[in-house]
Amino acid sequence: MMFKVLLVVVISLFAIVMGLLYKGIDRIFTARMQSRVGPPVIQPFRDVRKLLVKESIVPENAVKWLFNLMPVLALISVIMILPYVPMGMAPLLETHGDLILVLYLLIFPSLALMIGGFASSSPYAAVGGQREMVKMMGYEFPLVMAAISVAWLLRSSGISNVFSLAVISGNPVWALAGPIGCAGLIMIFLSMLSVIPGELGRAPFDVSEADSEIAGGILLEYSGRNLALFYLADAVKTIAVASVVIALFLPYGISGFFGLSGMAALAADFIFYLAKLLCIVFIGLSFIGVVSGRLRISQVVPVYWKYPVMVSLTGLLLIAVDTVL
Amino acid sequence: MKEAKKMKRLVKSIWIFNWFNSCGFTEILPVIGSRWDMERFGIIPVASPRHADCLIIGGYQTEKSIKRAQRIYRQMPKPAIVIGLGSCSMSGGMYWDSYNTIKRLSDYIPVDLYIPGCPPRPEAIFRGIMKITEMVKK
Repeated sequence: MMFKVLLVVVISLFAIVMGLLYKGIDRIFTARMQSRVGPPVIQPFRDVRKLLVKESIVPENAVKWLFNLMPVLALISVIMILPYVPMGMAPLLETHGDLILVLYLLIFPSLALMIGGFASSSPYAAVGGQREMVKMMGYEFPLVMAAISVAWLLRSSGISNVFSLAVISGNPVWALAGPIGCAGLIMIFLSMLSVIPGELGRAPFDVSEADSEIAGGILLEYSGRNLALFYLADAVKTIAVASVVIALFLPYGISGFFGLSGMAALAADFIFYLAKLLCIVFIGLSFIGVVSGRLRISQVVPVYWKYPVMVSLTGLLLIAVDTVL
Repeated sequence: MKEAKKMKRLVKSIWIFNWFNSCGFTEILPVIGSRWDMERFGIIPVASPRHADCLIIGGYQTEKSIKRAQRIYRQMPKPAIVIGLGSCSMSGGMYWDSYNTIKRLSDYIPVDLYIPGCPPRPEAIFRGIMKITEMVKK
């Protein structure tokens, strides 16, 4: 028991470090694609170190306790996701929570951002908060569709306890589906990739923090320590969301391939997991972010409901056909 | 924590907020863009004064606009740097005999550094940032 508690602490510290590192790598990728040199990898660490010593201003008309509480809550809620998702190994608290809990916990950081924005008494932040809410309506549907389709496929193959993330990552979905089902899974995987930038508030779905339209949006009034906490929460959320995608669609380990066992297998799987994380970050954040501009707020929900939702619905239909056949 | 130590951390990642009413901004855009790329030194432009560490005031200021500049400076979390860009901010530049331009910016805002030029070259801006880093090290 004590060991597990210790592991949870280790994993949260590790996730913060990895999150910041992947943020740095993402910035370098973005810079190289724009034919720039880009910052050093450790630049996000420097940013956080600087933000921690800056003055933390609370606006005069803000609801002070909400304004100061929400950054802490955002960071805590993303860190809480990590013990429930498999990170190259079985999830630490596999018997205590499942995919549905993770989906609910993923909503929480956005909610904290939104409440923090509303509490800061700035009209720009209020606009940003409303935009965040509208955006959530867009991306939640394809996200849940992906979860449902994977669970359905597992269920129809006669596996019990299908929402447990340990079960999902233990039985790769690609092996269970026929050719038609695999086509459906590819479609759902693609729609899931389009959820990542929306979930993390990056281009083309960064409407809630739009720099040039509403001057930073939700985070407008935050400075110093509070901004640093949101920065960290964003970094950890990248790891959490990418881990969920990996657990659903790419849960393969590499240790079986090389015939490793024991600690060596664990290490090899973990390194392979980091490589998968890098691929997801590259495709889901850097690449999509560079090739597209920001959508208008009136376009975000129609874009989500036209393409990812339709694509994932078709995918679900194909999987249904596959399970019947 | 001491001010000097704070500044040491600050110069490693400077987030700038621009306040321009003249040609200065179009001349600083290449510095952001891919040719000079200021992000390699950890410098990025931000949209809100609350996130900013460095206020760049470009070009001449009028009696009216200096009030807004002062307000932006008050909104920034301290410690903060103020940079006056271009010769207009030092002496009024080519508007030296106008009735409503500010001739010397440091009469109104605590300016840490002037970067001369009309407008300054991107290299001059980097040299200015380097000067600040050297200043902090001492």
